[in-house]
Amino acid sequence: MSIYGLVYKDVDQVKGPLVIMRGVPGVAYEEAVRIYSESGREWFGRVLEAGRDKIVIQVLGDTEGLDSNAMVKFTGSTLKMPVSDEMLGRVFNGAGEPIDGGPRIRADDYRDINGAPINPAKRDYPDEFIETGLSSIDGMLSLIRGQKLPIFSESGLPHNEVAAQIARQVVVPGKAERFSIVFAAIGLKYDDVLFFRRQFEEFGALSRSVLFLNLADDPVIERITTPRVALTAAEYLAFDLGMDVLVIITDMTNYCEALRELSSAREEVPSRKGYPGYMYSDLASIYERAGRIIGRPGSITFMPILTMPGGDLTHPIPDLTGYITEGQIFLDLDLYNRGIYPPINVLPSLSRLMKDGIGQGKTREDHKEVSDQLYAAYSQGTKARELVQIVGEAGLSPREKLYLKFARRFENEFVAQGFRERRSIEETLDIAWNILSILPESEFTRISEKTLDKYHPKKRAEAKIKGE
Amino acid sequence: MSELIYEKGVIVHIKGPVVEADEMRGARIREVVYVGEEKLIGEIVRIKGDRAIIQVYEPTGGVKAGEYVERTGEPLSAELGPGLLGLVLDGLGRPLEVVAEKAGGPFIIRGIKVPTLPRDKRWHWSPTVRVGDGVIAGDVLGVVPEGSITHKVMLPPKIEKARVLEVQPEGDYTIEEPIAVVEHIGEKKEVKMYHKWPVRNPRPFREKLAPVELLVTGQRVIDTFFPIVKGGASAVPGGFGTGKTVALYQISKWADADVVVYVGCGERGNEITYLLHTFPELIDPKSGRPLLERSILIANTSNMPVPAREASIFMGITYAEYYRDMGLNVVLTADSTSRWAEALRELSSRLEEIPSERGYPAYLPDYIASFYERAGRVKVMGNRDELGSVAVIGAVSPSGGDLNEPVTQHTMRFVGAFWALDKELAFKRHFPSINWLRSFSKYAGGLKEWWIKNSGYDMMSYRDKAIALLQRSSSLEEVARVVGEAALSDENRLILLSAELIKESFLVQNAYHDIDSYCSPEKQALLLRTLLEFYDRAKPMIDAGVPMSEISEMKSLGDLRRLKFVPEEKFKDTAKEVISQLETEISSLIAKVG
Ligand SMILES: Nc1ncnc2c1ncn2[C@@H]1O[C@H](COP(=O)(O)OP(=O)(O)OP(=O)(O)O)[C@@H](O)[C@H]1O
Ligand SMILES: Nc1ncnc2c1ncn2[C@@H]1O[C@H](COP(=O)(O)OP(=O)(O)O)[C@@H](O)[C@H]1O
Ligand SMILES: [Mg+2]
Ligand SMILES: [Mg+2]
Repeated sequence: MSIYGLVYKDVDQVKGPLVIMRGVPGVAYEEAVRIYSESGREWFGRVLEAGRDKIVIQVLGDTEGLDSNAMVKFTGSTLKMPVSDEMLGRVFNGAGEPIDGGPRIRADDYRDINGAPINPAKRDYPDEFIETGLSSIDGMLSLIRGQKLPIFSESGLPHNEVAAQIARQVVVPGKAERFSIVFAAIGLKYDDVLFFRRQFEEFGALSRSVLFLNLADDPVIERITTPRVALTAAEYLAFDLGMDVLVIITDMTNYCEALRELSSAREEVPSRKGYPGYMYSDLASIYERAGRIIGRPGSITFMPILTMPGGDLTHPIPDLTGYITEGQIFLDLDLYNRGIYPPINVLPSLSRLMKDGIGQGKTREDHKEVSDQLYAAYSQGTKARELVQIVGEAGLSPREKLYLKFARRFENEFVAQGFRERRSIEETLDIAWNILSILPESEFTRISEKTLDKYHPKKRAEAKIKGE
Repeated sequence: MSELIYEKGVIVHIKGPVVEADEMRGARIREVVYVGEEKLIGEIVRIKGDRAIIQVYEPTGGVKAGEYVERTGEPLSAELGPGLLGLVLDGLGRPLEVVAEKAGGPFIIRGIKVPTLPRDKRWHWSPTVRVGDGVIAGDVLGVVPEGSITHKVMLPPKIEKARVLEVQPEGDYTIEEPIAVVEHIGEKKEVKMYHKWPVRNPRPFREKLAPVELLVTGQRVIDTFFPIVKGGASAVPGGFGTGKTVALYQISKWADADVVVYVGCGERGNEITYLLHTFPELIDPKSGRPLLERSILIANTSNMPVPAREASIFMGITYAEYYRDMGLNVVLTADSTSRWAEALRELSSRLEEIPSERGYPAYLPDYIASFYERAGRVKVMGNRDELGSVAVIGAVSPSGGDLNEPVTQHTMRFVGAFWALDKELAFKRHFPSINWLRSFSKYAGGLKEWWIKNSGYDMMSYRDKAIALLQRSSSLEEVARVVGEAALSDENRLILLSAELIKESFLVQNAYHDIDSYCSPEKQALLLRTLLEFYDRAKPMIDAGVPMSEISEMKSLGDLRRLKFVPEEKFKDTAKEVISQLETEISSLIAKVG
């Protein structure tokens, strides 16, 4: 083994993923380091604390075989990764190294994997509708180009299928070019990774995809870098090369658990359920990398997937995520058990950017009002359903019975659709009107008379007869 | 100001945004320092002997032990003068447009030092004092037009009493050109159009007064049920997606204030971008000028350095007090004070202080108070009888949506109005999702006269009636949840229907609807009165034996539900019409059964 340059042998202690050293002059905070064991193994790391008397290093990869005889070399710069268009079609690990047997990337540039915050004054406001072909999303939770919209799921639910279907079907209406896909797996099982690969392959997306894989048996600490490396690639594709990039990262819950592990190794004071108090800011430094920038053609649309421990929406992971992202798509066990695919429960779901991306000239003028009315009616319907549990269907008032019927049709005809079924926004809105039309007109509290006259199926039919 | 050369300290330890430096003897707590080769901006937060602990406001990656720390001798301060309105600033008061120019790109880089106020811009100055005049702190020396207001250039608070020696004639000047020279305790002092003020110190005033005037927000559930006053303080707690941000947007847009300071503190980048896209186009009905011209936006988003988040709220409230001192009514909205408190928790934890509840330091309540207590209606400084006010509205983001956490609980003690947002309502798209049973306003009691005088209606009596109806309906709902609505008497079902009408057609207010977005006090009062009449007039139908199924499908009910979408100018006539149709429909229904 030959190690060039200055190395230090002042390691005091190895504690989990942390190496603690006595002071070394000239070490910078966040500097990248290489560590070598006597047996010749090599690790990457970064400086977490730089002091005159003490240095703490976070090591990537598992630290087996690392002890106080290790030699540490400081690289003089922060952790960077090479970027270029050669990343497309390639597979990397969570540290950004190729694992598909192909050559190293010839770098156009080296980028800090932590990125830098986008100046809010230089962001371009996302207001373009993206059609996913799924009625519940397009109709009621519209995805906007440059939005960060996570999927909140539970283990056992088909979030992978939903994400893959979206990746297959998404288009910006009127734009020929398809989305490039940056996919990152964090602590995933090999089967799940294989599923995504097959899907991308099947719909011919592999050549416009970049994959970053950290599997369940890969080093936990690399789960911290995986999303950062993936977003560094995405930023390059979007803001340097001008592509529309869809970033799918799954499972962010594994990321948060790795963060908790690291935090407890550092003996930090925990906040709720042992997660570190800075988890909000840490997640924000990842999620906020989505968006659009004034004067640059590309965009990053970000769809992280996370599984809610115990299906609990108030658990710190979904909770902090929801406070940062621009809404959430909530998958529901109850719907799934009733055989509804995709099992999207629209009530706790939200797309915050929807309002500016829909309507006349974008989707259809009635879109907003239809969506509002669907929400109001479906929530009445679910209330009626809860009541059935207590008083039976016979105990319902006629109005409640009607809403119960509405909820059933809404779930079976609007929300439910095939894994390979793609609906246009027109089709989606027409289905909505069909279901809404079982309600009497006095119930249309969120739809204006003008819209009602133009789009209500009954009125449309009347107008047609009159016209003939 | 003080161009003193201080000695330099030496960095001994870097751990995230907390840097420890040695050889700092003589340094003061809260002093601003420049850290390392890139001269990153920091503030001294602790001193132990020769060592100082510094909170650094920019990312510290690449900083090394052994680099220098430069001292400035000054506390963290805000620049106050003409040119603030219309700016978008980061948490340290740097204009983001200028930062982008200096950075040469859309990403924020560090080490950029730019002043808040433009130095080259000329302002049209008209003096209001003459040579020889005696003046005291807060006295107006002259005025310049700024955006939608007349900006008063005042004698800074630090000069208590002086005599005018020179004053510039009317003309165009930059803020760096002295516009007057005064004699202060035997010393000559140049006065410019701007001065600096340490952000953590409240600006002085002559007297604090009880706030008495409604701050009209145009949001029905707020103005009518849980009002805030000019100079008041309120909090908006709620889980994610419950509508905190939209509520603050609405208030920033519509509140009848002269100046609005919006602090985006640890929230989303796109939310600031949204304001930047909409505010220049929205017209302030009061001045007829773009809303941006009465606004100061502070953006320290969630991915920007955490310590600057901590500073941003103090920066914002200092700007607000400055405009208050001109005798103006100012509103400050902060989204979110929880992220601000978390920044404090993070610092405290890095300083290895003993944590109290949920890891927050024990001094959290004092810290929250130090912000909310800067709200108020005051008699301003100077020799004039002018009043100014700062109303403060803070969003609170409780973890897990649970209002029993420390930030919400402590905040509740320092505010006069509390708008508890409700996830269940938000899921139903009942917005604003202000829960009418869990919210409060201590200001409501004092506003009876205001409503009578300003809307012509005794709104507070309608309010009491509506609240009684809502309360009865919510206890009936409890019952219905167990036995089903069908099992209730028709009389009780009418209460449910009437309460539903108040909820759907008064409390629900769509921020994105051209007409519904703003509702004047007159319209609010008349709308509520009209909706309440439904219950009074429908009751005889029940006694006459008209079945509920027919009552709930009345055509007039649809008209009542849509009444709120009728524009202000047609509202009075339409409301009258709807009531007369309601009367006709009721008589014919009663006639049918009778
Ligand atoms: N950063 C912290 N430092 C010290 N104590 C903490 C910290 N965070 C939480 N605690 C304490 O730990 C306990 C549990 O915290 P908390 O109530 O936030 O957890 P939780 O998420 O509600 O967990 P669970 O629901 O499982 O009880 C509380 O008594 C709280 O005071
Ligand atoms: N008054 C309102 N009218 C219409 N929609 C609203 C209103 N208030 C909130 N919303 C909806 O709720 C969403 C979430 O609101 P927001 O203020 O961003 O929540 P929070 O800040 O509490 O997370 C918005 O994107 C919008 O769709
Ligand atoms: Mg607990
Ligand atoms: Mg918000």
